[in-house]
Amino acid sequence: MKYVIIGNSAAAIGCIEGIRSIDKEGSITVISRENWHTYSRPLISYLLLGKTDTERMKYRPDSFYEDNNCTVMLGTAAVKILPEQKQVITDDGKSIAYDKLLVATGSNPFVPPIEGMDTAPSVHTFMSLNDALALKKDLTPESRVLVLGGGLIGLKCVEGILHMVKKITVIDMADRVLPSILDADGSKIVQNHLEKKGVEFLLGNSIVKVAGQKAYLKNGEVLDFDNLVIAVGVRPNTALVAEAGGKVNRGICTNLKCETSIPDVYAAGDCTESYDITCDQVRVLALLPNAYMQGETAGINMAGGNKLYDHAIPMNAIGFFGLHIISAGVYDGECYKKVTENSYKKLFYKDNVLKGFILIGDVARAGIYTALIREKKPLDSIDFELIKEKPQLMAFSSRERADRLNNGIKL
Amino acid sequence: MKRVIVNEKWCLGCHLCEYYCAFANSNKDSMVKALKDVVINPRIRVEEKDGISFAVNCRHCSEALCVKSCIAGALSKIDGVVRINKDKCVGCHTCVLVCPYGAIMPSEKGVMQKCELCLQNACGEPLCVKGCPNKAIELREVTP
Repeated sequence: MKYVIIGNSAAAIGCIEGIRSIDKEGSITVISRENWHTYSRPLISYLLLGKTDTERMKYRPDSFYEDNNCTVMLGTAAVKILPEQKQVITDDGKSIAYDKLLVATGSNPFVPPIEGMDTAPSVHTFMSLNDALALKKDLTPESRVLVLGGGLIGLKCVEGILHMVKKITVIDMADRVLPSILDADGSKIVQNHLEKKGVEFLLGNSIVKVAGQKAYLKNGEVLDFDNLVIAVGVRPNTALVAEAGGKVNRGICTNLKCETSIPDVYAAGDCTESYDITCDQVRVLALLPNAYMQGETAGINMAGGNKLYDHAIPMNAIGFFGLHIISAGVYDGECYKKVTENSYKKLFYKDNVLKGFILIGDVARAGIYTALIREKKPLDSIDFELIKEKPQLMAFSSRERADRLNNGIKL
Repeated sequence: MKRVIVNEKWCLGCHLCEYYCAFANSNKDSMVKALKDVVINPRIRVEEKDGISFAVNCRHCSEALCVKSCIAGALSKIDGVVRINKDKCVGCHTCVLVCPYGAIMPSEKGVMQKCELCLQNACGEPLCVKGCPNKAIELREVTP
């Protein structure tokens, strides 16, 4: 069996581990556009913060490809999939034959067309290790940085570089930060926290024109800057599958086995859409844990196993300067709210199940809530009043607790 | 493979497991040196309410969501035991987001800590099990 994987990040690694859990013999070829050993993309902000380095941020050990008997083509881009011939064509003109193919091409930063952006001396996106290294090279203690986008990527970038620059201004069209994971009150808490650290926010605003080191904003303001970071969002890399005739919406369409509409072609990770069980909708859930689990599911199925990726939920753990935020699911239904000086909690429930939650500050044991969402645990089967107060196993019946704590062993 | 089994019927709620855990992971040679005037941050935690109590630590799940979700590749399963590489951990809390037992938590240094069945410290076998006065926590061989 010949397996080919396009991509070298979480979904690709999940796929390799999934394949090897079943098939130790088949050949695996990894085609990677980047020149790096597999590394963790979300760690690039921690790299700039000094909490990791290019060695430690490797997603798997140096021996990983060898241990798993993989051929790796680094610095090579896949340019075409030929589904009839079952081949992948690379940018150096090679054709790689596959029996089973995984497309794990990830996403690319979206760069909006802004007049005069090419006249700015230092413009960066913040997605890859090369992006982070290039940005760092341009920064000095005197740098005035504009970050366009107050979402997850933009604000993690802010955390990573704040200590090495003079000033950071975050500009976003939305009227609040992190709208993808927080409600309005939660956004305010995070914004206040970052403002206390010295970050400036211009919300409900945007850059209409750039001329050299001047940015002209929608509200008429003109800002002088040295560096511009574009973090307005990402676009799934769907072109390879679309051009090969596969079904694509916003992301590559996949079924629960992670198959695309092209026979023997699978897809996983940020380039795909998956089925979100919290809102019964197909959507792009571009999150590392999901990418890994999708990739693993694809790999198991590619190797002849049988696994479904059927527990996908949006979920996020993120932190800024020691303030931790954990959220999951959708914010739909009745809301239980508890706010103290150092913590903020909202639980959303409907139709006897927990639909979503937001925790800021005190995030201890949040996974107990996440499991309620993932498993669609009927709330009348647990002590919901107790678990509302804090996540705890005491809220389950003693029989269920014994099963959970003891791997099903009868005592 | 060996697993820590918790039987709440026998748990006295004495919290000794928490103290043994803190001692085992302190790198000190006596319990007094390890625990005197220290607020402990153990990897095993006792829940208690209305006369019921039980200890919770890592279950080393067969489908270990923390390992699959770790964004840093810091968590891995070695010989059936979920291990953490603290050099790689950046303290992002994704493992806290996904652990259904609430059994992983930050250490004093900000990176995560969890029960590794005392394989990573000098004890070599779970000290909580050894120290439990009523055998409410046991180490048993289980088939995965």
